[in-house]
Amino acid sequence: MTLSSVGSDAPERTRGEPWMRVKRLALLRPRLGAEAGPVPVVIGLIVIWGYFESQNANFLTARNLSNLVLQMAVTAILAMGVVMVMVAGEIDLSLGSVTGASACLLGVLLTLDHWSVAPAIAVTLGFGILIGSVQGAITALVGVPSFIVTLGGFLAIGGVQLALAGSAGEIAINDGTVLAVANDYLSSAVAWGVVGAVIVALAGVEMARRRSWSRGSPGAQPWWPGLLRVVVSAAVLVVATLVLNSYFGVPYLLVGLVGLAIGLGWITRRTGFGRHLYAVGGNAEAARRAGISVTGIKIAVLAASGLLAAVAGIVSASRLYSVDAGTGGGTLLLEAIAAAVIGGTSLFGGRGRIYNALLGALVIDSVENGLDLLGESASTKNIATGIILVLAVCLDALNRRRRSRAGGR
Amino acid sequence: MVKEYGPVMALNGVDFEACPGQVTAIVGDNGAGKSTLIKIIAGSVRADSGDFELGGVPVKLGTPHAAAALGIATVYQDLALCENLDVVSNLFLGRESLAKPLIGPLRRLKEPEMYRAAAETLESLSVTLPSLRTPVAGLSGGQRQAVAVSRAVLWGSRLILMDEPTAALAVGPTAQVLALIRRLAERGLAVVVVSHSLPEVFSVAERIYVLRLGSNAGVFERSTTKPQDVVAAITGGNALMEGMIG
Repeated sequence: MTLSSVGSDAPERTRGEPWMRVKRLALLRPRLGAEAGPVPVVIGLIVIWGYFESQNANFLTARNLSNLVLQMAVTAILAMGVVMVMVAGEIDLSLGSVTGASACLLGVLLTLDHWSVAPAIAVTLGFGILIGSVQGAITALVGVPSFIVTLGGFLAIGGVQLALAGSAGEIAINDGTVLAVANDYLSSAVAWGVVGAVIVALAGVEMARRRSWSRGSPGAQPWWPGLLRVVVSAAVLVVATLVLNSYFGVPYLLVGLVGLAIGLGWITRRTGFGRHLYAVGGNAEAARRAGISVTGIKIAVLAASGLLAAVAGIVSASRLYSVDAGTGGGTLLLEAIAAAVIGGTSLFGGRGRIYNALLGALVIDSVENGLDLLGESASTKNIATGIILVLAVCLDALNRRRRSRAGGR
Repeated sequence: MVKEYGPVMALNGVDFEACPGQVTAIVGDNGAGKSTLIKIIAGSVRADSGDFELGGVPVKLGTPHAAAALGIATVYQDLALCENLDVVSNLFLGRESLAKPLIGPLRRLKEPEMYRAAAETLESLSVTLPSLRTPVAGLSGGQRQAVAVSRAVLWGSRLILMDEPTAALAVGPTAQVLALIRRLAERGLAVVVVSHSLPEVFSVAERIYVLRLGSNAGVFERSTTKPQDVVAAITGGNALMEGMIG
């Protein structure tokens, strides 16, 4: 059909009469907040917990929640590493292998070579930092994408793990200090003391921040977000402590996990390094022109994820009382990445929060734990985890598209 | 102020000067070397040879840090903003105020100080934004341009370079940016503007450098020049020019 024939089919129009007319056009622009924040993940978590509790009344018991905390620790530690690396616009696929190799190294040093615990842990952590720095240096200095570098690392460090574990097969962990990491609990009194101290410290930090803002009045934020942060954190801490104290108590591991999250959260949100991390992930070229060492940030962030993987390796060794060639393997790496992404971390860099990785890991391990409780097989667990991951990312993507459409001009 | 360049890949022996309190324009066709010249002065590209002088003193340029230390700031064509960060973070990108206690990059950000300085700078330039905490992704093109210019003003104590500052802007914001450029020169800064638009150049710049194929193709004073002369230098032939007018 040609253009003219279209014209001849159209109804006749008088010259000068408007043919197309728009009246009172409006497009409602939702207010552009910074980020959706943790609310969607928390809602998802409530739905998941509600479902499993309705299916099996053992789910929300102190005993099971205590187990859940121990189960999620390794995933959560790795997810924090993933968040840092992904915020800088990179990826680390070697996390699982480094976790396993670190665990095996610790086992070899402690059990086979009879080292004392402090140097063994120091060497294990150093190993993680070394592997991460080397991968970071290759990524940043040579310019090979971290996807490839850490894919190589995944294979090579997996080989190192096999070599370390190979001669002995399974290495038992007998050291009391290492075993305490994932198997001991704070006494009730100490737990409440810690909770009190943390709440006081949080309130103190918020008040100090508020005071520093009000000295120069412009830009001072309203009082309620700070208060809300303190109240919500305090409520979560108190409820968690109440529940856990009715079983064995607050695990050391939970204290460590929360401490790590607070420390890394502070580094990423409140320090110069953290600001540069987000800048490199948001626009690496702009960061470079602003005089930020993009190379330094990338090496540092991969070294940090190597260190966190070594920490996760120590925790795994402690939790399982032994290490072997399979430690840190399976779907661990992918679950850590999934946890970070469910928590709202962008694969393209520049967006993500440490705390949300903790929530994401809680989601992933709640699903695993719940399906275990229902006696479901590994196949069901994998399918469910996969669907939840894609669902979470879809919701996030739709939400973001709506926002950017409203914000762009 | 004198700046000279020896042969660069994209530049072949270009000479260039900018004076304090004046707007100097660089014009030329695509590929004439305008952006390269700006990038070299800004320190994001290193010249293969050439000498720089600032206030009569020989200086070395070649890194963003060196340029920043000399009081040179740049507004890039792509603005070089991090869209995921808010306005204050972008204004202080790479130059954050940090508190003392801890060592190195793990020092705490002094956010109130930065916020206050950012608000003051924006106010002194009559730039209004919905909120300094908005991520730049939520700003319009003109607002982003204003943020990029304000950043240069915040850090460029002597020389401000602007690569196509109005290319992406509508009429209103363009007029605002041009007024902003005039105000910067009136403050005693040396301002260098790369532009494609001759009317704009004539409305804002005192002196006009023409580049052609990586070399100088003429320097004009606005007061004694007609736009046709500049066009002729850009296209590289008076004959062609006469043909067009005739």
